[in-house]
Amino acid sequence: MKKLTRDEMAKRVAQDIPEGAYVNLGIGVPTLVANHLAADKEIFLHSENGLLGMGPAPAPGKEDDELINAGKQHVTLLTGGAYFHHSDSFAMMRGGHLDFCVLGAFQVSATGDLANWHTGAPDAIPAVGGAMDLAIGAKQVYVMMEHLTKQGESKIAAECTYPVTGVACVDRIYTDLAMIDVTADGLVVREIFSDIDFDALHKLTGVPLIDGTQAARAA
Amino acid sequence: MVRAARYGASPREFDMINKIFESLQSAVADVHDGATVMIGGFGTAGMPSELIDALIEQGARELTIVNNNAGNGDIGLAALLKARRVRKIICSFPRQTDSYVFDALYRAGEIELELVPQGNLAERIRAAGAGIGGFFTPTAYGTKLAEGKETRLIDGKHYVLESPLHADFALIKAFKGDRWGNLVYRKTARNFGPIMASAAKTAVVQVSKVVPLGELDPEVIVTPGIFVQRVIEVPQATHEAELASASATAA
Repeated sequence: MKKLTRDEMAKRVAQDIPEGAYVNLGIGVPTLVANHLAADKEIFLHSENGLLGMGPAPAPGKEDDELINAGKQHVTLLTGGAYFHHSDSFAMMRGGHLDFCVLGAFQVSATGDLANWHTGAPDAIPAVGGAMDLAIGAKQVYVMMEHLTKQGESKIAAECTYPVTGVACVDRIYTDLAMIDVTADGLVVREIFSDIDFDALHKLTGVPLIDGTQAARAA
Repeated sequence: MVRAARYGASPREFDMINKIFESLQSAVADVHDGATVMIGGFGTAGMPSELIDALIEQGARELTIVNNNAGNGDIGLAALLKARRVRKIICSFPRQTDSYVFDALYRAGEIELELVPQGNLAERIRAAGAGIGGFFTPTAYGTKLAEGKETRLIDGKHYVLESPLHADFALIKAFKGDRWGNLVYRKTARNFGPIMASAAKTAVVQVSKVVPLGELDPEVIVTPGIFVQRVIEVPQATHEAELASASATAA
């Protein structure tokens, strides 16, 4: 079965981010999306520790310990970028000013509940960071994750078995197999990235899916 | 005009307002056992390491610490934890690759953790500084971190009641400050500094450079001095070049 690599998934997500969008890319795999945003488009990257207009990693030797992203990696600021304090930064999120956020996930439920902050393991030290604010904050919440766990279980589930980060907050899921919208009617498959057909995807996923791939092709 | 007369009559009166402290030790001397202390910084960006070192030396115990994280490596906040001065930490993201000091204390049951989503943490601090008695936020609704909290449906959306977070002291790092306590910050080291300054009874700020009153452009002051009680200069080696070029520009 053909699967997209993480980089290919990031590239696919990047195609759907339009010019002028204010975007937060979550820690981990979603940060790869930044590498695929078209250079000729002006897109504003937000980092919750207080910057808009985040640029790429600095050249070696140019790192500044006071210019970092939410993952505490060294970054740069683009011309026209801005710094602000934490309360303003989360007002941008919670206040619905961000157009998109792209998050990693352990699981997404059929109704768009998101689980990405805690495995629930009794010995795990919990940490949440900005995950719960991001989940409910952006106008469009996109999730980017592998379709199946290493054990072959679908990460799209009837209900999350991991502790949830937000309720009914996910709008779209990009996996290594498909792009799926969470709608009032249910989960609608818009695009299949693999060499399997809708029925095979449905079987792998194990929750009700609506075939929207014809409409996508017609459009 | 009364105001003009007052200024004209005794300008020197205003020279007496001086929030500059001469030593780190004196700036934290009155932190009491059991105090709630906010510490600025996101990871190590904006962490007031020298003030924390002074607090360790000062010896206050049983502290409640408010920070985004729970310390990195063995320095700053991690060193305070390692010295066993902290009873409880209120933060959003304790677990990091280099948070081994916290991790060990937590697993041994020797430190209490109150985990707060980062935006709720920021807003609880802001609310305290702004005199707000509580607020409804959509963040964390329906999750473990909202269990037992009052909720309300407002215009079709679910919200959770959160309370303000006050502190006895805030230890903050800023870039430049003057003797009235006006502050500007540097890049993403700003993070929690401005809101923590407003939420604490006593805000203690280490600045890379103390500048004369009037040198900070009033249009760009981020934290007005009313929120700041103490300022102490702690030159930062990494900023020396930038400070030199900034003062060259100013001159």
